[in-house]
Amino acid sequence: MTVVTGVTCPICGTFCDDIEVVVKDNVITDVRNACAMGAAKFLNYATHRNLKPLVRKNGELVEASMDEAVRKAAEILADATYPILYGWSSTSCEAIRVGLELAEEVGGVIDNTSTVCHGPSILSIHDIGISTCTLGQLRHRADLIFYWASDPWSAHPRHVERYTTFSEGRFQKSAWKGYLTRLSGALSRKRLRRAVNLVLRRDIFATPEVERRLPYSMFQKKRKMIVVDVRKTYTAEVADYFLQVEPNKDYELLQAFRMLIRDEELDVDEVAGVPVEILEEVADIMVGCELGVLFFGVGLTMSEGKLRNIDAALSLTRDLNLRTKFLIMPMRGHFNVTGANVVFTWQTGYPYAIDFSHGYPRYNPGETSVVDILCRDEADASLIIASDPVAHFPLQAAQNLVKNPLIAIDPEVTPTTLTADVVFPSAFVGIETGGTAYRMDHVPLPLKKIVEPPKTCLPDAEILQRILREVRRLRRTQN
Amino acid sequence: MSKVKVSLLTGRTIDQGTGKEIGKLSEEYRKSVAICQMDPEDMKFLGVKENNNVKVITNFGSVVVKAVKSARAPHPKVAFIPYGPWASIIMNPKTHGTGMPSLKGIPAEIESAPEEGVLTLHDLLNQYFKEKQS
Repeated sequence: MTVVTGVTCPICGTFCDDIEVVVKDNVITDVRNACAMGAAKFLNYATHRNLKPLVRKNGELVEASMDEAVRKAAEILADATYPILYGWSSTSCEAIRVGLELAEEVGGVIDNTSTVCHGPSILSIHDIGISTCTLGQLRHRADLIFYWASDPWSAHPRHVERYTTFSEGRFQKSAWKGYLTRLSGALSRKRLRRAVNLVLRRDIFATPEVERRLPYSMFQKKRKMIVVDVRKTYTAEVADYFLQVEPNKDYELLQAFRMLIRDEELDVDEVAGVPVEILEEVADIMVGCELGVLFFGVGLTMSEGKLRNIDAALSLTRDLNLRTKFLIMPMRGHFNVTGANVVFTWQTGYPYAIDFSHGYPRYNPGETSVVDILCRDEADASLIIASDPVAHFPLQAAQNLVKNPLIAIDPEVTPTTLTADVVFPSAFVGIETGGTAYRMDHVPLPLKKIVEPPKTCLPDAEILQRILREVRRLRRTQN
Repeated sequence: MSKVKVSLLTGRTIDQGTGKEIGKLSEEYRKSVAICQMDPEDMKFLGVKENNNVKVITNFGSVVVKAVKSARAPHPKVAFIPYGPWASIIMNPKTHGTGMPSLKGIPAEIESAPEEGVLTLHDLLNQYFKEKQS
């Protein structure tokens, strides 16, 4: 039995690097320090997986040799006039680099999952710019933490504990004990209320429907966390204050904050369902902080306004920097979605949605982004790697994807591999093969190889190299 | 039949996160994503109880999922379905020139559907992707 330490977790953008994995006879038997998602991946990765290359013959997926699958995939890509190469966020930077070479070779469109995640954030950053930093700075210095339209408890479970409110920084203490005290106080009040109500047979402690003041704890000089969301998420429960915004009204709320921190008056009683008195007090706290940070999630990019919501959030941060020090960071979803943007940009000049059909990279999200291409039904083949668009794209886009030849490279059985024409079983990145990935704050970290992959499962980069070589050979013979 | 008009949200949950890592074909995954978290008052209005089937209808399609009482209530007239193949059927593919479909805050209607079953993943794929039977 060996314990592998310092393992990076290949799941979410938090990309924890303190995981310990216990390995016995090439099998992972235990995982330490990981969240529920991380533990589920390390302990269950071997179930529901592809082990042999598959090729669709007479409507059915049948086992094939690696050479046959490579040949079939290369034929599909070489014959296509406008193929899509999509996914990339859950594989290593080394594989992404080969993918870009392949996209250029076949004259296709290459896009990564940020197109349906923080794509609008990237478009806004082009327009406005971004004041950001690495997560270590925030762990040690941030005293006001906003999670806006983001629920790290569900999507980035260790983010709060490792980098923000509940982390023990050099200059800022963890707010964990304060949270426990608040929790036990709330539980005691609940018990007392239940007992009194039972005796008096009426609800005497009912809280007023709309609070018009912030709680006392918000004015103490300590690390504070505010959550803004459309529902009271689990993260909101551990926050010092929760602002419930009406769905699709984030833009109004962000602009209201911009007005307030410029000392302008709001001539309304409430904005997006939040009383103006509360907004004024929160704006005062923003201006009064030493170092604030606004983490925003896809709640802003996927709802009405999309990139304009991010415009407002980035502008709010810029405005706040006239009064104090404030930073902003998108909560990136997959462990290497940032790496996909970085490698795409390093190779082509653009972060996602890149069209090589003219022979040079062209970038115009809305036109060259995958969902738009699929909805217009323009693509005639696709290669999907480390992603599951059949499960996660809107139906119309997914149906247009599936009706054309589809190549899937994925270690797991997913709706995309089940509807593909060629399936390559790959080795799990970060478990069975190493590489590099970028954390959400653009810090590159190594992915570790912990166990040996099955002999039939190759790393993504090698599968792509083989397809690329075969495409080049086919094109030479065709010419 | 009574219907309730809601603003439909999709998103991640910790159960969806662990379910997808256990395996997309697993029962854990289906149980974690083929659900609709609703406000208890909206459920009372429709006369549905925990784990009863409901049909969620948008301009783009309809899907039958299990109604679950939201642990995040009260959020009247707001319903939540975790990301997954079931939610994707009724999502708005329009990107408004940004590349990003609208996956949150979609107008939807929910009605009780005691007669209809929740599709398994294989049935769902066979129904919507007929040309390639899984």
